[in-house]
Amino acid sequence: MKNNVTDIRKDFPILSTQVNGKPLVYFDNGASAQKPQAVIDSISKYYSTMHANIHRGVHTLSQNATQAYEDAREAVKKYINAQHSEEIIITRGTTESINLVAHSFVKKGDEVIISGMEHHSNIVPWQLAEVNLKVVKVKDNGELDLEDFKSKLSKNTKLVAITHVSNTLGTINPVEEIIALAHALGVKVLLDGAQAVPHMKVDVQKLDCDFYAFSAHKMYGPTGIGILYGKRDLLNAMPPYQGGGDMIKHVTFEKTTYNDLPHKFEAGTPAISEGIALGAAVEYLNKIDWDWAAKHEEELLAYATEEIKKIEGVKVIGEAKHKAGVLSFVVEGAHHYDIGTLLDQMGIAIRTGHHCTEPLMHRFDISGTARASFAFYNTKDEVKIFIDALKRSLKMLR
Amino acid sequence: MSIVDNEKEIIEDFDLFSDWEDKYEYIISLGRELPLISDQYKTEEHLVRGCQSRVWLHAEKQGANIVFTADSDAIITKGIIALLVKVLSNQPAIEVAKTDLDFINKIGLKEHLSPNRSNGLVSMIQKMKTYAAAYSAK
Repeated sequence: MKNNVTDIRKDFPILSTQVNGKPLVYFDNGASAQKPQAVIDSISKYYSTMHANIHRGVHTLSQNATQAYEDAREAVKKYINAQHSEEIIITRGTTESINLVAHSFVKKGDEVIISGMEHHSNIVPWQLAEVNLKVVKVKDNGELDLEDFKSKLSKNTKLVAITHVSNTLGTINPVEEIIALAHALGVKVLLDGAQAVPHMKVDVQKLDCDFYAFSAHKMYGPTGIGILYGKRDLLNAMPPYQGGGDMIKHVTFEKTTYNDLPHKFEAGTPAISEGIALGAAVEYLNKIDWDWAAKHEEELLAYATEEIKKIEGVKVIGEAKHKAGVLSFVVEGAHHYDIGTLLDQMGIAIRTGHHCTEPLMHRFDISGTARASFAFYNTKDEVKIFIDALKRSLKMLR
Repeated sequence: MSIVDNEKEIIEDFDLFSDWEDKYEYIISLGRELPLISDQYKTEEHLVRGCQSRVWLHAEKQGANIVFTADSDAIITKGIIALLVKVLSNQPAIEVAKTDLDFINKIGLKEHLSPNRSNGLVSMIQKMKTYAAAYSAK
């Protein structure tokens, strides 16, 4: 099991590069995580030795590519402990996964509950679907207002769609409790897991969620590919999302019959190399000692939070009791854009702006935040460099 | 001084900086020079939207010349605006409309004009040129 950060860093070639003449400190993991050599090699190996279109070819290359792609689905299934491999729908990412559910599971006028801390990709698909949206309030400390959730939840609710971990605040939501409350009334639950899967092992059967959406690139895999987990009965009952190749059984001009799960929801030639590389990412994550990783990340976050609070005029946005990997902050007298620009000059990558959560920015009456987000390959030394660089930036700006 | 002369002067100024810190300290000091725009123009109507920092731009015609005033809520953006205003303001509208502003690349601030930055600067330059083109057509 991998539980030594010095060794783990060697698996990620980009971490030993320089940016603007300084050793890279990568604290933008919430936007996208870096890739281990195994993932990079997997893409190169696929195109060098295996490439062919999958699923319909009778020749060897096509069969090998199909096998590798389907092995990746199986690896994801095991990784999140889904019951059946056809419950793993391969999409372009979390955004498409949520759009799929918004298209095929709800209809115009249905009642859907989301929260005030959702990413735009868990807001806009529901608006496009013209559902009746109810929004659960966020408390001042960045926790979900559970009482407000209870008051909004009813038998009339069709779906609860809530983020597992907030990308802006880092809040880990009490999803077990939310699912139990919803299920007690027969209401289905979708979790946006984009920010959860990089930080923890997720077990969809244990959670008992009905849908779970996540992206490969945030869990150390390639971009352009993600997963929608859904319970088989629900997915079977849902109409297809997009039409095209792969998702059909037979096509005539009079009537088309659709393919079985999971292919029913996978129209067109998929991102094959990315799918196979997602399998490599999962294989890599299977070697990570997750107890160690959780503790290590918790220590990084606690240390960074403690140090940043010592700086005059800094306010941490999001101080929930349970947090994962995210430190969002605003500074009196310094704009987040300026902070991000100066840190970049010192080789430090953070994210600034509204983090695709504009309603949440309005909730806290701010235009944006600076956000450092951590992964298990980050170190306490990097946090020190970041804090010193932040102090230096603020000296220039204030 | 013409647009090209103004650009040359800025490039020469920036050649003196030996590291990023001097350069940014200078940009920040330009950003601190107040005011760049009068409050009556700091309105929604004059706002150039950027997803990270906001920019306000006002243009008016003075004879054959175009005069710009502008501001931003982020100080580095504002410093770069000060450079753009220095180069383009009080110049013949017809010249502003066709300038290519290559000096931004030459002083190593190209990244601030990439679409990725979303700081409103790219839209601001487009607007400056649109105003200039409209004024020179009149």
